[in-house]
Amino acid sequence: MTNAIEVHSVTRTYGRVRALDTVSFAVPEHSILGLLGRNGSGKTTIMSIIAGQDRPSSGQVDVLGHTPFEHAPTLAQISYVRDNQRYPDDYRLHHVLRIAPDFAPNWNCDVAEELTDGFRIPAKTPIKKLSRGQLSSIAIVLGLASRAPITLLDEPYLGLDVTARALFHRMLLHDYGQHPRTIVLSTHLIEESASLFDRVVILEQGGVAMNGDQDDVLASAWVMSGTKDAVAELVADRPVLQRNTVGGLTSITADFALDDATRIRARDLRVQFAPASLQDLVAAYGSSDTDSTDVKVAERA
Amino acid sequence: MFTGGGPIYQQLADHIAEDIMAGTYSEESSVPSTNEYAVFYQISPITATKSVNLLVEQGVLYKKRGIGMFVATGARDRLHKLRRSEFRKEYVAPLVHEARLLEINRRQLAEMIDQENKK
Repeated sequence: MTNAIEVHSVTRTYGRVRALDTVSFAVPEHSILGLLGRNGSGKTTIMSIIAGQDRPSSGQVDVLGHTPFEHAPTLAQISYVRDNQRYPDDYRLHHVLRIAPDFAPNWNCDVAEELTDGFRIPAKTPIKKLSRGQLSSIAIVLGLASRAPITLLDEPYLGLDVTARALFHRMLLHDYGQHPRTIVLSTHLIEESASLFDRVVILEQGGVAMNGDQDDVLASAWVMSGTKDAVAELVADRPVLQRNTVGGLTSITADFALDDATRIRARDLRVQFAPASLQDLVAAYGSSDTDSTDVKVAERA
Repeated sequence: MFTGGGPIYQQLADHIAEDIMAGTYSEESSVPSTNEYAVFYQISPITATKSVNLLVEQGVLYKKRGIGMFVATGARDRLHKLRRSEFRKEYVAPLVHEARLLEINRRQLAEMIDQENKK
């Protein structure tokens, strides 16, 4: 499979702040990639660079085989709506829908109409007066109706109600079925969107913590909980991503293969373990403190 | 719908296999397309394709070019064979473990199985 997007050791600094530090990953054509990580981990920065709206301080990004920055033929293939997209003050929905096709050669009116109806976006209200969720709805209309080979969705869910989120998923997959495309989607609503992704990239403090096929990424990750001593015996000196301790009980998230002997010993020690969900894994990578963190809240009560 | 409990493509493949064993899709009838599975279960079409490919490799489904995916003749037998080897590990082992913990002896366990069978 060819790669639609290739990110090669991209570093982006703003003054002294290193927003991205030698980030590398690739997105195969027609993949749906989940770009995950905490606030400030670099998700929007890398998206802007892929979209050609920003340039890396060093390193290189190839989108459909070209550097997107100031390369019009490549930019025409990309749809990117920022999570804080601004519109001219007096704009209403129809103004946006009228100019959108100028920027999107594959624009599809039917998709746009079905979505604006489904999202119940008010047609007559000036856009600046719309709610957060309604603004997100417009961003999704622009993102999906563009039918761009490269569709970048930055936090598409902000403020969206549950019905609208389900509609978005359904429309995304339905329209993808008709017109496959490469999709990069960043979000914090991991549990809800995890099943959409065939690939994931987890960013942590500007670096890539995890990158690959979702099934592979989760294959060796698990959560274990039991008494402090039992868990400590099972883990021995192997690396742990996150550890939570309350009194004598500990739960950990880790990513290394468990052999059968360890599993049998775990059962004897009454330690439970289960495969980690994508959400568990992202939360674990985001917790910089892997040492024992005693929760004090309970004691205060 | 597919959360936790192993890779999503495996869960969907298991689900389709169970539908075939239960007779929802009979042999030589068509199953939904990967795009339909993707939209219905809200999963990536690439993941849905992976599930279907797994069942094709196992000889459970086959592709009629330009028409769609069909259940192969003998698919149920093949699935029974595949799944029986898993049955002991997945179901019998935890059952025996739990029974031991509750001090349920072999005879009591057999009685319970008989009672379930009568339902």
